[in-house]
Amino acid sequence: MANHSATHPKHVQHHFVDSNQQFESAKLGMWVFLVNEILFFGGLFCAYIVFRAWYPELFTQAALELNTFWGAVNTVVLIGSSLTVAMAIRSAQNNQKRGLEINLLITIFLACVFLVIKYFEYEHKLHLGIAPGSFWNPTEEIAAVLDHPKANIFFGIYYMMTGVHGLHVIVGIGLMVWLYLRARKGHFNSEYYTPVEITGLYWHLVDLIWIFLFPLLYLIE
Amino acid sequence: MASASTSATNAASTPTKLKVKRFAPAETPTNTYLTDEKGVWAWLTTVDHKKIGLMYLGAVAFFFALAGFLAIALRTELWTPAKTFIEADTYNQLFTLHGAMMVFFVLVPSIPAALGNFILPMQLGAKDVAFPRLNLASFYIYVFGAIFTFLSLANNGFDTGWTFYTPYSSDSNSAGIIWVTLGVFILGFSSILTGTNFITTIHKLRAPGISWDRLPLNIWALYATSIIQVLATPVLAITILLLAMENIMDIGIFDPALGGDPVLYQHFFWFYSHPAVYIMIVPGFGIISEVITTFSKKTIFGYWAIALSSLAIAFIGFLVWGHHMFTSGQSAVATTIFSFLTFLVGIPTGIKIFNWVATLYKGSISMKTPMLYVFIFIFLFSIGGFTGIMLGALSVDIHLHDTYYVVAHFHYVMMGGTLIALLAGLHYWWPKMTGKMYNEPLAKIAAGFIFVGFNVTFLPQFIMGAQGMPRRYYNYIDQFTPFHQTSTIGSYILAVGFLIILGYLLHSLFKGKQAGPNPWNSRGLEWQSTSPPDFHNFAHTPVVIHGPYDYHQPMEEFQLGLAVEHGHDEAHAEEATEAASEAKTEA
Amino acid sequence: MGRLFDFMLPENKSPLTADPTDGLFHFINEASLIIFLGVIIAMVYFAIRYKRKSEDDKTPVITHNNTLEITWSVIPLLITFVVFGWGYSGWLNLKTVPSDAYEIHVTGFKWNWSVNYENGAQTINEIHVPKGQPIKLVMQSRDVLHSFFVPEYRVKHDVLPNRYTYVWFQAEEVGESQVFCTEYCGTSHSDMLAKVIVHEPEDFEAWLDENGGGPSGSPVEQGEQLVSLQGCQTCHSVDGSELIGPSFKGIWGRTRNLTDGSTLTVDENYIRESILYPGNKIAEGYQNVMTPYEGRISDDEITNIIEYLKTID
Repeated sequence: MANHSATHPKHVQHHFVDSNQQFESAKLGMWVFLVNEILFFGGLFCAYIVFRAWYPELFTQAALELNTFWGAVNTVVLIGSSLTVAMAIRSAQNNQKRGLEINLLITIFLACVFLVIKYFEYEHKLHLGIAPGSFWNPTEEIAAVLDHPKANIFFGIYYMMTGVHGLHVIVGIGLMVWLYLRARKGHFNSEYYTPVEITGLYWHLVDLIWIFLFPLLYLIE
Repeated sequence: MASASTSATNAASTPTKLKVKRFAPAETPTNTYLTDEKGVWAWLTTVDHKKIGLMYLGAVAFFFALAGFLAIALRTELWTPAKTFIEADTYNQLFTLHGAMMVFFVLVPSIPAALGNFILPMQLGAKDVAFPRLNLASFYIYVFGAIFTFLSLANNGFDTGWTFYTPYSSDSNSAGIIWVTLGVFILGFSSILTGTNFITTIHKLRAPGISWDRLPLNIWALYATSIIQVLATPVLAITILLLAMENIMDIGIFDPALGGDPVLYQHFFWFYSHPAVYIMIVPGFGIISEVITTFSKKTIFGYWAIALSSLAIAFIGFLVWGHHMFTSGQSAVATTIFSFLTFLVGIPTGIKIFNWVATLYKGSISMKTPMLYVFIFIFLFSIGGFTGIMLGALSVDIHLHDTYYVVAHFHYVMMGGTLIALLAGLHYWWPKMTGKMYNEPLAKIAAGFIFVGFNVTFLPQFIMGAQGMPRRYYNYIDQFTPFHQTSTIGSYILAVGFLIILGYLLHSLFKGKQAGPNPWNSRGLEWQSTSPPDFHNFAHTPVVIHGPYDYHQPMEEFQLGLAVEHGHDEAHAEEATEAASEAKTEA
Repeated sequence: MGRLFDFMLPENKSPLTADPTDGLFHFINEASLIIFLGVIIAMVYFAIRYKRKSEDDKTPVITHNNTLEITWSVIPLLITFVVFGWGYSGWLNLKTVPSDAYEIHVTGFKWNWSVNYENGAQTINEIHVPKGQPIKLVMQSRDVLHSFFVPEYRVKHDVLPNRYTYVWFQAEEVGESQVFCTEYCGTSHSDMLAKVIVHEPEDFEAWLDENGGGPSGSPVEQGEQLVSLQGCQTCHSVDGSELIGPSFKGIWGRTRNLTDGSTLTVDENYIRESILYPGNKIAEGYQNVMTPYEGRISDDEITNIIEYLKTID
């Protein structure tokens, strides 16, 4: 009675009943993972809150050493990449293979732009001796402006938060390159675009975290 | 045997009436999950939840034996006050390793990853968990984390206690600490992935007819546990990462010499580590519910109370971490709130105990080994629970904190609780997992050794703790010698008990009697399969029409299955259930 | 009046701080015992009374009982409220130092307790106090977390490096009470013991006068007292026995190998550097675990110690 091939397309794994169950499961799994990521970054935000409550002047003083302009550019870049990844999902839903590929590429490109800007920010700071923890060794001009004894803690938190975030961006780039390669091989269509959807969800969270990081680190004065 | 009528029409037109029939699993199966995939490579690359569960079981048993051996070494050293056979530094590293191994490599994964992986999909009537490949990954991540921890031993080791308090852990011997903190960081992901898998499986992969009010209590327990795992473990991850960074580059968050705060570390650490103890015990509660109903042949008393109390414990459990810090210098307000909430979290647990005992009332009690362990659990865990209340009381905790009273308390709940529940579950599901029965009289003797040995080991510790004996002490003053010696003797009795268990379980694999599908006559869905189960768990997709504790229904009434051989079925839940209820009324 | 669980507790030498704790301790034990026995007896009785007769036994369907469930939820809840309130008030008592308390400063460091009194007197691992008077110990750590615990007084508090913490008590009997460190702090954590020595008030005054002002006598005599008071002797013996650090016996002028492979002769400068910055030069075969004394010891004290060390051979 059962018509096996019609009801069990290739992309559905053996333990799922149908495509829909697989898709729903993948989405739920990713959402649960994202909750876990929020708690993970939450710990860092907690450290930030505690130290800012204890040393408010330190934070406003040290934030001046961060380049607000480039931070804002990065924010726009990431928001843009969230837009393009959403468009990629839409392309997949509409069977637009070319559109999917292009949108993925733009997203990857924007993510790389983010990392490049971050690289230059870090390089500039390290050049001035603004390094985390025991590598804290500011030049004279910096030390004159930033003379708070706990300055190294602010930058410890800064590097940890942006560093862990940056690692998540790198992972996201890797995922999207993988998606792009699969898209080129025609793996995704309106029936099956689960990996694109859940990677998109991940990417939106990475963007969201930055949207909190940016004002808390760069905009406090 | 009855079957519903079918009209074999195309699914695209009028809704098909599905053919359902009763099925009984074969007494002696020819093809099982053990025979269908053979060889070491097949095991190492399997995505079958049953094999992954068994690999976890083996790993957990290995680490338990290792950490247990360390415990015997510690207790032997404590036979005399001064040095008995090891130096202070070695002793300090050994108790740290014993704690870290037991918490992270044994207790946290044990019930969920070993037994849970095997049984959860079967209790849900599913073919596997939602993400089988992720499941295998979680196992290898666990192994990887363990390797990192052992590499720490090759780098001077660590002696901070499993709690890694700063500044001691950020000042001294950085290399060893960095390795173990990275190892624990990696291990955390194993826990998170298991939790994610279970939550998704419970929500999305239930067989037709398993509504939320027909969910086995074991599933409710694993559900609550998975929620804790997903929410709490990332905080451990970030704490341990920050500690590693403290050691690698002196960030200064926790070290007062660098401007940080050691009490902040304690808050971060316990925010995970208190919920972690609920990760350890709540799955155990699930097992107790399963075993006690089966061996009382009676429905559970207070199903919703037990189900929802697990969720309540999960929720309140996140709010009490400060009760580990009453003498730390945390604020008075925090201290007060934490004490109050600590008492609240004890109530749902107490309710479970009362409900379980009430389940026994007018039951048909069979004291086979799994049930014996349930009774031992209730005895030992209750003592653990009451002594927890003692520690939650502020004035008394000031006296008892960091003494052997605390050591005894947590051994009663973790070992007398989690481990005993694990043993109950292991003995309960052993015939299902292996198809073999173990030697019942020997099993009861071993349980006796464990019960006696456990109490002889840990009861004296309550007394000497209240008398002032501090914990993590290599040396002690002479007045405590009789207590320590009694405790040491108890630990040897315990060890004998475990060796006996290892012996007859291994023996059963080779020479044990063949077990039928349902040796305990349980109403649970997992028993409606062969022992050992089929590669896909069931020969037919189950359609469930009774709850898992409906002992008033006769066995023959029990299970329906779709006539379509599983694999590519169109098991649309509504149709299946409808067909099932029709089949029932026709019976 | 003796209570059932008296055997578990140490003597009560400071009733003002210990009585509330002990009272609650007994209550919780007794109430728990009653409930525990109830549960176990019911459990065992049911197992016997309802033993399985055959695989076809029929059991009643009892899914819940509202009255019973509410009772056994509410009553324990009320008991825990009582326990909470009682514990809270006892704790408040432990936190509230009487305004006329006599202050003594205690400093914990690996692995000793250094005690300083108002008149400059200093002791190591002994806290001398007068009987019948409230005593406040103001505590801090020089290195890692420690914890100060006196079982007979039922007081305990962690000792921190970045702030002061305190305990208070009132000893009512002349004698000694044991002090333990109860926060793991390294190799000799279990040897970081001390004693509270309780004197009659007049005797205490006398003791204080005798010892006021710290070490006294010739430089060598002062050095000998300092080597004890500063806790050096916990890790460095004077009789040649092997402890955590190199023995002081015969140290002066000796040739010493260091862990970095170099060799030196023990002189004034080496000893001074090893006191202030012990991590700079580690003797071969030993670990870098000594807490630096920089900021804690004066130049004169170092000079006196050196003079004393010259005499030990």
